[in-house]
Amino acid sequence: MSDDRTFVIIGASQAGGWVAQTLRNEGFEGKVILIGEEPYLPYERPPLSKAALLGEVTVDSTYFWQQEALDEANIEVRLNTRVTAIDRDAKEIEIEGGDRIAYDKLAITTGARVRKLPIEGADLPGVFYLRTMEDTLAIRAAVKDGATAMIVGGGWIGLECAATLTKLGCKSIVVEAADRLCGRAVTPEISDWMYKFHTEHGVDVRLSTGIEKFEGNGQLERVVLPGGDTIDCSIAVVGIGVIPNVELAQDAGLEIDNGIVVDECARTSDPDIVAAGDVTNHPNDLLGRRIRLESYENAQNQGITAGKAMLDKAEPYSEIPWFWSDQFDANLQMIGLPQDWDETATRGDEASNEFVTFYLKDGIIDGAISVNNPRDLRVGKRLMQGKKQVTAAELVDPETKMQALLKR
Amino acid sequence: MSDANIEFHAVATTAEVTEDEPKAVSIGRMDIGIYKLDGEFYAIDDICTHAYACMTDGYIDDGQIECPLHGACFDIKTGKALTAPATIDLRPYEVKVEGDQIMVGVPKAED
Ligand SMILES: Cc1cc2nc3c(=O)[nH]c(=O)nc-3n(C[C@H](O)[C@H](O)[C@H](O)COP(=O)(O)OP(=O)(O)OC[C@H]3O[C@@H](n4cnc5c(N)ncnc54)[C@H](O)[C@@H]3O)c2cc1C
Ligand code: FES
Repeated sequence: MSDDRTFVIIGASQAGGWVAQTLRNEGFEGKVILIGEEPYLPYERPPLSKAALLGEVTVDSTYFWQQEALDEANIEVRLNTRVTAIDRDAKEIEIEGGDRIAYDKLAITTGARVRKLPIEGADLPGVFYLRTMEDTLAIRAAVKDGATAMIVGGGWIGLECAATLTKLGCKSIVVEAADRLCGRAVTPEISDWMYKFHTEHGVDVRLSTGIEKFEGNGQLERVVLPGGDTIDCSIAVVGIGVIPNVELAQDAGLEIDNGIVVDECARTSDPDIVAAGDVTNHPNDLLGRRIRLESYENAQNQGITAGKAMLDKAEPYSEIPWFWSDQFDANLQMIGLPQDWDETATRGDEASNEFVTFYLKDGIIDGAISVNNPRDLRVGKRLMQGKKQVTAAELVDPETKMQALLKR
Repeated sequence: MSDANIEFHAVATTAEVTEDEPKAVSIGRMDIGIYKLDGEFYAIDDICTHAYACMTDGYIDDGQIECPLHGACFDIKTGKALTAPATIDLRPYEVKVEGDQIMVGVPKAED
């Protein structure tokens, strides 16, 4: 039986790629068109600040699927193609140049773009942002051994970048406007651990520090701090957050509120349009509130959810948010978005950089962060999912087998 | 694969592998994970097919091993990739138990 429908996906990255693959995995036989403005096949972004910036992996190896696999799945990928409008009445999209493509169902997976630093000199060569493969290749080409690298923003991207550039032989200086690192994502204790960890690894971390402007003669040469002090540097990487790419959806009249508003099955306010990934604001049952996540797992699993919803096989998506980061030799993993815990329990040893800290509310895990201990964190995720009653004392006790807590 | 091309190597004792704690072993340059499930032993490649992680550092649940890095799940008995981000299976190996020795069969040429 042939299917003459056309499903179009705007944004050829992680979420969009998983929508396309899911359509095929679920047996859709119509046309699948995956459109993206970048010049590469859907690729993994996490290596951009890690292995790819280090030069340890090739561009191809960051692709989620190689060209042959996409061909085999009969997914038509149109790269270097920017979508300029969605016409919901005609059920067509318009691409740069004016061509139109008709859709039966549409997925919007346009992700997010970097927030720019609105200060003087931010457009000097040598000042970089980090979101795309092109950014990573450009930073890599500009890095010289022994150079001073100014990292603006002490969040995940900034810290990973500081670690990688240090490994590449740079002197990394991180300036963070807030009084602690990763303040939006972790607790003050973990911020302190991060500060100590990075400092020990040779990163110069300056908290409560902003930047007045970048200066240089046709090329970045220094940054000027608010008091007038200057720091010489030849490259700067700005990592101060991202903005969801909602404009297409907004102009088409879809509901927007810090992202495209979708339901638990990734459906927008238009029955023929779904959305997934960094661009969505979605309900999370387990947390009991709406969230917009910028994470690998969310792009993947919400993408899969959106693909199913396009085929009217909607399955609610609600998972405990999970995120990881690699900095120097530390693998950090986080579950949940703990807000009001009444107890913390640290299992392992912070000083040896191998531990998990659990956040408990009424004896139930509300979130956790691990450093070089992914296994205990994963058991913790299941304890949290099952809302199992635990005590701080037993979590801290090295004699306690985490698995045993699950089984009771 | 005919049996003549497979060579068995003693890699661990039966006491060293429990249902909760698998064991990583190497045969030549191959990294292999040994698991115990419902009283039986199984051997599958130990390096995740997604990026790079030792699967035996992962978490075992319901006959599956979950990658410690990005959470892909594989079937312990067959090595089959069950969830994203993995799309490629882990290779399974033949296992036999002689006395208290766990023996894993690998193709001769790949030693
Ligand atoms: C440097 C870096 C490191 C990261 N590390 C981690 C990590 O360690 N752990 C973790 O959990 N997460 C990490 N992330 C986050 C993770 O990569 C993102 O959450 C994920 O990429 C989101 O996928 P997405 O498909 O929703 O959006 P995106 O990856 O942003 O993709 C959106 C795509 O849509 C395209 N697009 C947008 N508008 C249009 C248009 N009008 N027409 C055509 N195409 C369009 C864009 O060009 C882009 O390719 C990292 C991200 C970065 C940048
Ligand atoms: S390395 Fe195993 S899932 Fe990524």
